[in-house]
Amino acid sequence: MLRLPPFTYLQPKSLRQALRMKADAGPDGAYIAGGTDLLPNMKRRHQEPKVLVSLSGIRALGRITGGTGGSALSVGAGVTLTALHTHRRTRKRYGALARAAELVSSPLLRNMGTFGGNLCLDTRCNYYNQTYEWRKAIDFCMKKDGVICWVAPSSPRCWAVSSSDTAPVAVALGAEFVLVGPETERVLPAAEFFNDDGIRYLTKHPDEILTEVRLPPANGWDATYWKLRRRGTIDFPVLGVAVWVRWDNGLVADARIALGGVASYPKLVPEAAAVVVGTELEDDAIREAAAAAYRPAKPMDNTDFGLAWRKEMVRNYVTGALEELKARRGSGTTKRDV
Amino acid sequence: MGGRKGRHQVVGTPRRKVDAVSKVTGRTLFADDIALPRMLYGRLLRSTTPHARILRVDTSKARALDGVHAVLTGADFPVPFGILPVSQDEHALCPDRVRFIGDPVAAVAAVSEDVATTALDLIEVTYEPLEPIGTPEQALDTEEPRIHEYGPSGNIHKLIDLEFGDVEDALATADHVREDLFFYGGNTHLAMEQHAAVADWSADGKLTLWSSTQTPHYVHRALARVLELAPSRIRVIATPNGGGFGGKSDPFSHEIVAAKLAMLTGRPVKITLTREEVFYCHRGRHPTLMWVKSGVDRTGRIKGMHFRTLLDGGAYGSYGVASAYYTGALQTVTYQVERYRFQGARVFTNKPPCGPKRGHGTPQPRFALEVHLDKIAEDLDLDPAELRLAHLQPPESLTANYLRIGSMGLGACIRKVVDGAGWKERFRKLPYGRGIGIACSSYLSGAGLPIYWNHMPHSGVQLKLDRGGGITVFCGSTDIGQGSDSILAYIVAEVLGVAVADIAVVTADTALTPVDLGSYSSRVTLMSGNAALQAAERAREILVRHAAAKLDVPAERVGLADGQVFDVENPDVGMTFAEAVQAAEAAEGTIGTVGSYTPPRSPGRYRGAGVGPSPAYSYSAAIAEVEVDPTSGIVVVPRIWIAHDVGTSINPVNVLGQVEGSVYMGLGEALMEEMVYRENRNLVHKIPSMLDYKSPTTLDMCDVVTYLIEDPDPEGPFGAKEVGQGPLLPVPPAIANAVYDAVGVRIDEVPITPEKVLKAIKDCDKGRDGRFGPMRFPDVPWPEPTRVPPPWEGGDGRAAESGAVGAGGVRSSSVSAPPVPAPEERQH
Repeated sequence: MLRLPPFTYLQPKSLRQALRMKADAGPDGAYIAGGTDLLPNMKRRHQEPKVLVSLSGIRALGRITGGTGGSALSVGAGVTLTALHTHRRTRKRYGALARAAELVSSPLLRNMGTFGGNLCLDTRCNYYNQTYEWRKAIDFCMKKDGVICWVAPSSPRCWAVSSSDTAPVAVALGAEFVLVGPETERVLPAAEFFNDDGIRYLTKHPDEILTEVRLPPANGWDATYWKLRRRGTIDFPVLGVAVWVRWDNGLVADARIALGGVASYPKLVPEAAAVVVGTELEDDAIREAAAAAYRPAKPMDNTDFGLAWRKEMVRNYVTGALEELKARRGSGTTKRDV
Repeated sequence: MGGRKGRHQVVGTPRRKVDAVSKVTGRTLFADDIALPRMLYGRLLRSTTPHARILRVDTSKARALDGVHAVLTGADFPVPFGILPVSQDEHALCPDRVRFIGDPVAAVAAVSEDVATTALDLIEVTYEPLEPIGTPEQALDTEEPRIHEYGPSGNIHKLIDLEFGDVEDALATADHVREDLFFYGGNTHLAMEQHAAVADWSADGKLTLWSSTQTPHYVHRALARVLELAPSRIRVIATPNGGGFGGKSDPFSHEIVAAKLAMLTGRPVKITLTREEVFYCHRGRHPTLMWVKSGVDRTGRIKGMHFRTLLDGGAYGSYGVASAYYTGALQTVTYQVERYRFQGARVFTNKPPCGPKRGHGTPQPRFALEVHLDKIAEDLDLDPAELRLAHLQPPESLTANYLRIGSMGLGACIRKVVDGAGWKERFRKLPYGRGIGIACSSYLSGAGLPIYWNHMPHSGVQLKLDRGGGITVFCGSTDIGQGSDSILAYIVAEVLGVAVADIAVVTADTALTPVDLGSYSSRVTLMSGNAALQAAERAREILVRHAAAKLDVPAERVGLADGQVFDVENPDVGMTFAEAVQAAEAAEGTIGTVGSYTPPRSPGRYRGAGVGPSPAYSYSAAIAEVEVDPTSGIVVVPRIWIAHDVGTSINPVNVLGQVEGSVYMGLGEALMEEMVYRENRNLVHKIPSMLDYKSPTTLDMCDVVTYLIEDPDPEGPFGAKEVGQGPLLPVPPAIANAVYDAVGVRIDEVPITPEKVLKAIKDCDKGRDGRFGPMRFPDVPWPEPTRVPPPWEGGDGRAAESGAVGAGGVRSSSVSAPPVPAPEERQH
């Protein structure tokens, strides 16, 4: 079988200890949570850390608090995807997030994989997610061991794809991420956590730990997440559509639409969201919004399915997501059982 | 070989497989589970370039690495091998040339997989690139460089041209002529278990190889040849296969390399392939381009059919010559084809070699034929189910290409699914976006001829009767999950009237078991089953003789059932089975019997007649229901109704499992599975992983309604025919026909992906032809056809002598009568 490169595994009990271990290890160190992304990548020599600092022994990262009444919900980054999507409060009040978490991979991997890990998921590309020997056959790519981007050979940048299901939802919901570093602690809007670059796809410093995700109080808004993939399970999204709307007297007062799987980051399409503000999500408004989201979506030929079809599906999925929210408007609730 | 008449005690009753509990509790030892003392781990270095000369392989750094015990290169394997005698074109490690990315170049044995992996990185290979050939069209156009130095010319591996009656004449006089082009994409087996092999070279100079192979006998032969060792010094044990589907039917380089490394180091060596390496071993479905032109009468009767195939063979021969023949062999066995011409070409390309996958060479033409017939039915305004029913090949008949049909249950199959699916009420009547489609198929119950020419049995069984009442069945057959070990036990238990639990099965060990050719071509139940039946009947005869003497009753009155041997007219008079064995052993000494099976000789006498004959043919009919989203092209298959003519179910639950498994695999081929290579990047495999090579998950699987049609075939043990492969075949064309019923577009290509469906729907909306599929069949330098008059035109199975064509009556218009002529033709 494919072998992992040798490494030292450290299991700190506290954040402070983890930060120190990571600092001691320097650039050869990496954090590991569920490992469902990192370990397969290490087998293919995408990352070759010599020291893995595990976050799974830090109990503070595994909590879900708040979310009752009018309060924000705080989700520890170490909460597993299974715990996230089966949690009563997330299912009841943050259905879009629960749904996205439930759509990640398979039950076994959701039992190991964490919310934070899914948000930090390495960008994907089928020129990159291959073994060392395979990549040697194409003379490598700029994301690892090479100099060129095979998806767009004249491009100065890497076009690997953001393939997280929860990231576009976090962005659309306007979540905030808490990052703890050796000296500092900072809170970032979700959208600022991600970068439009396949290699430097996070603004997080390597030493920082994503500890917590804060979700806004669940009132007056509704959201949903639609995922496109070849099969009913396992597959990463080739398109994810997260839509958030705030209702006011039957009209859309505010909206955010974020696309996953079509860029190196979860891509907000404000031009599409703007179209539906002030509307009742009439068919025309939905059609226009779908067209507005379609235009800037730029899938590349580096995932499953053809890129033209994937781009085309942006229209279908934005339409479907908005229609779902419209249909639910009358019910006067944001409850969504997934 | 009908077996005993009357009620069966074991045969026909659903029961657990003999190894079921071991499998589900994880106790079964697969090849990779084997660990021997002092065992080393081997790994193969594979080519990272698709086509090149090897200028230099420097292994010095790898040899110097601590923990490395041996390093091999192509120089260590001068003798080539290959599954077919006509295609001895592989080396265990490439000596001077690599032909695809993944071709093995060097190998190491080390104390751990980690060290072996590190050592591979230290081997330096210098290549001189050659022009890579990526497509069959390019192969046809490229004289030089040649991927192999054999074949008719350039990069053509095999050309076939067979004509059974004057097809041009039939087309010219037909009421309706239709011509279609189809493409069936390549896909792979995706067995859950990766190939693995463990070799041990004993201090006494004997080699043992445990391997996840479907064909231990052929591996035995290949090892003897390549290692230049006497077969008597080699023992091959096929471990239980975690799925095969044809992907473990060739001798593979890792098996030979493990053996050689064990011989060199004097220590056991294990090689377990990675999933990516399994994609490179491949031997899967040939991507096949097809052209078919048929002339039919008003009722849809096929007066003449001309069928062309072009197979993308990949880098080596493998079973390819047989695969190419199979793309033309079985078109004639379902519906009557009065005159038939087949032209087939297989070409080499710089991609992993194709070979036999479930249905071996026949799902591609079956897809083409069944969609073609659906279009013909529409042209003629006939119900496609009725059209098929009206022109069934009759039982006990010969086909135009001299295949002998025995039992033939296709009519019953069609009627079952038509009733079950509510066909009459739903076909062409469902709302836009929903549809149903029908397709049929047939498959062999074992190839009539062996891989290498010989007159010996295809399967042998030895039975040992223990005085304690136990029975051991020894047979070379290999259980790849299909349940062949169980079938042996059931048959012996049935004949000898003992419990299945009293049977021990020893299989797939060349040192212990008589030869069985292997688990391919759906041959095992029929062939090893018949061998077991013969051995068991011989044992029964011995026991009956001695029991009769002891009980003092005539032999005809002795019955065996429930572990007792008794007087059937006075069942209280009898003895236990063990006592009967003891009586026989006391009288005759050790009790053992043998049985063997050789298929009947086929009537075809022309060159190429060896591919297609079988002792019996299974038949299947399927109706698929689909839901097509016209805005995305996404096709969902909620349900498939399938009827399969299995002759007799030896274990119905096992038969159902095979049918459902076939539907599953057919569904994957129809909708998503495809081997894809990046033509712009060195012909690298685009998706060599379980994640990215898309195969349906449980959530994508359709409901399956299965009907078993049981009409015992005289050639099968207790009347049994095959089930392991045939039910896959009708699934892709049934889905394609259902897509047309749903949204009015023809996807003449497999897999039927959303992109293709959406494009066809958009074309259709714009008033263009709502079809997605190939547009052209390239020029192929076909040879002069071998002309064989069909049986009803005075043929005797031999080719007409060249030059005598036309004069010898072959082209004459004095058509007598096909097997069962249509009513209006019956007068003359």
